[in-house]
Amino acid sequence: MHTRFMQVAAVTGALLVALMTLLLGVGAAPAQAAEQPAACQFEPNDDPEIHLKGCLRDQREDPPAPVPGVSVSVLDAEGETIADVETNESGVFDVALPGEPLSNLGKDFTIRIDEDTLPEGSDLRNPEQVELTVNFDTTSDQTVTFPIGDALPEAAGKFTRGIQLAVGGLVFSVCLAMAALGLSMIFGTTGLTNFAHGELVTFGALVAWGIDLLPGSITVFGTNITVVVGVVVAFIAGGLFGYLNDRALWRPLRIRGTGVIAMMIVSIGLSIFLRSVYQYIAGGSNHNYSQYSASTPWEIGPLLVTPRDMIVVVAGLVILVAVSLLIQTTRMGKATRAVADNPGLAASSGINVQRVIALVWTVGVALAAMSGALLGVTQGFDFQIGFKLLLLIFAAVVLGGLGTIWGAMIGAFVIGIFVEVSTLFVPAELKYVGALAVLIIVLLIRPQGLLGRAQRIG
Amino acid sequence: MDFGSILTTTVQQAFGPLAIVYCLAAIGLNVHFGYTGLLNFGQAGFMAVGGYAMASAVATWGLSLWAGIAIGIVLAAVLALLLGIPTLRLRADYLAIVTIAAAEIIRQTAGSVTLLDWFGGQDGLNSFVGDFRELNPYDSAISLGSVTWSPNDFWVMTVGWILVALCCLIVWALMRSPWGRVLKAIREDEDAVRSLGKNVYAYKMQSLVIGGIFGAFAGYIYGLSKAAVIPTDYATDTTFFAYTILLLGGAARVFGPVVGALIFWGLINFLDAFFRQAAANDVIPQAIMDQNQAGLMRFIVLGLALMLLMIFRPQGIFGDRRELAIDGR
Repeated sequence: MHTRFMQVAAVTGALLVALMTLLLGVGAAPAQAAEQPAACQFEPNDDPEIHLKGCLRDQREDPPAPVPGVSVSVLDAEGETIADVETNESGVFDVALPGEPLSNLGKDFTIRIDEDTLPEGSDLRNPEQVELTVNFDTTSDQTVTFPIGDALPEAAGKFTRGIQLAVGGLVFSVCLAMAALGLSMIFGTTGLTNFAHGELVTFGALVAWGIDLLPGSITVFGTNITVVVGVVVAFIAGGLFGYLNDRALWRPLRIRGTGVIAMMIVSIGLSIFLRSVYQYIAGGSNHNYSQYSASTPWEIGPLLVTPRDMIVVVAGLVILVAVSLLIQTTRMGKATRAVADNPGLAASSGINVQRVIALVWTVGVALAAMSGALLGVTQGFDFQIGFKLLLLIFAAVVLGGLGTIWGAMIGAFVIGIFVEVSTLFVPAELKYVGALAVLIIVLLIRPQGLLGRAQRIG
Repeated sequence: MDFGSILTTTVQQAFGPLAIVYCLAAIGLNVHFGYTGLLNFGQAGFMAVGGYAMASAVATWGLSLWAGIAIGIVLAAVLALLLGIPTLRLRADYLAIVTIAAAEIIRQTAGSVTLLDWFGGQDGLNSFVGDFRELNPYDSAISLGSVTWSPNDFWVMTVGWILVALCCLIVWALMRSPWGRVLKAIREDEDAVRSLGKNVYAYKMQSLVIGGIFGAFAGYIYGLSKAAVIPTDYATDTTFFAYTILLLGGAARVFGPVVGALIFWGLINFLDAFFRQAAANDVIPQAIMDQNQAGLMRFIVLGLALMLLMIFRPQGIFGDRRELAIDGR
């Protein structure tokens, strides 16, 4: 027991140094905060309590300027306010957590920032997110980011805001389309409604994170490209993971003649299994990559577009078009479509069906994994980013027509943009509800989807 | 490692209120999936409708608990009709996707800030169990051997297990009737049934309504046992757990869900208690598994178990392979 206590005491010391850094400003990545600890002057404490500390800095300035006088509240897991504090002249706030230090480990605490006390001309970039939750674990300091930047012009008309939201929706759509294309290809060739597809998306985000966490950074001509490499590795590792999925699980099941409903339930088991393993590895909290989590937007007319989002859209579109062209023009693509149409007939005309399906799994999961990595770049990720996305992927695929290639993509763009633009009219918390309602209405009116062929079932 | 306390927890939970909740949900799914072959992945939605109807009737609209229960049954039936109309004519996987989406719509809407005044947002509703607790005949904790239940829990368990028995009786009676035989025939080959002049669509709809009402019962017991209705309790995973129970016990068997729920919930709590103790007492080093991770082990095992069960023994413990055309479509 004695040694355990010592261990905890040491951890308490570590937490005192710098638990988190709040970033004010859009011009910098969190990594920079860690590299310039001098700007945040935390005063040492020598009491036994665990302190929750953070500092607010405006990173539009160079060197980053402290932001004093902002009200910050700390709440416990039950939503009770523990303390209300203001940042001092060096932008630092400090809350001693009540109770035994031991009893605070493993608990969630929420940090809420009072928007009204931010300086003139600054605003939260995401007005919905005024609070963040941190979970104390004993091993590491945590960085918490409130993306804050120039105040958005209040008077922006509904039309301008609609366009701005549509641009945001486009970024989301590209990621959604990649995941939906994978699901649709796999459904088309094997008939499997894969409930574990969301976990394949998360896989990509986690692989890119793993690359990002490796010590050191990867630079080419003086440019740090660690996260870019991470996304590419996620794509490749996703392909490998997809092949293994098929080889180790789905192919033996197909050969045994397991029905599609049984396989669907197997995929639910796989989903629960993988999601729990991810949470085991990555914990329950939200993560950001070391680069690009904040980036300065370009102003194009009244619109704000970050270069990061532009690159994600372009890269995503290139991949989507490339895959579609491969399916449309190459021999293997033709074989894929033949298998999707009628596996028995394809087999009898000399196509190696199992090889085609293995390829479809490889490409489909590579796409899904890349989608997860890009989502992680644009909006951060946690262990269930893919699971939250799963129903939207289904909505996109059903809207376009189950099993069709172009349909999945069109469906994804309609759903992705609809989800974002609908926040003009409905509260943001209900934006997914709208998309799911669209899914049900489409099934009511046009069950085969936009591009599917009508067929009589039942 | 205190194996005595692990076993006590296991037994206490296996017969406890939550096992009853999952059991009732699985009985509903048994009617849907086991007997009719309908893939309802939105059982959590039916549970939420039941739970929220009961809770909001009392807490928001000031009606009595019993009125809330009656409203919940009606609303569960309405939800079944709403889901069935677009999807029962479509392929099985469409019903799966629509029901899972509908359940999420219900959960996210009920948990939204917009409807905070009605449904209490993410904190949900409480203070509605007064009428139920007044009827509680137990005034002290109940012990059987070393296992102890609080009076409230034991009262929920009494009502709950009686409800489970009644539901089993209803399912048993329905499924040996000519009506039940038509359901099973639809599961086996719906074209054949249609060619015999039966209205397959109507039978499926009736099955969906009845199973959905059992789901609402599960929602009632959930709300009454926790004295609160919270949106996160009705997430998609709740449906998946009910499926695991059904497949574990054996689909298309009257007592399948009961046996499944006892084993499933006992096992889940056994694993939880076991790994938490193992992590706390450094049987498993802290570096490999901390307390949070210990809590996840049960879900990792659960996911694996569901996969292996479906692959190697799809009929479950008591199921009859011939009874189950799960490989059919």
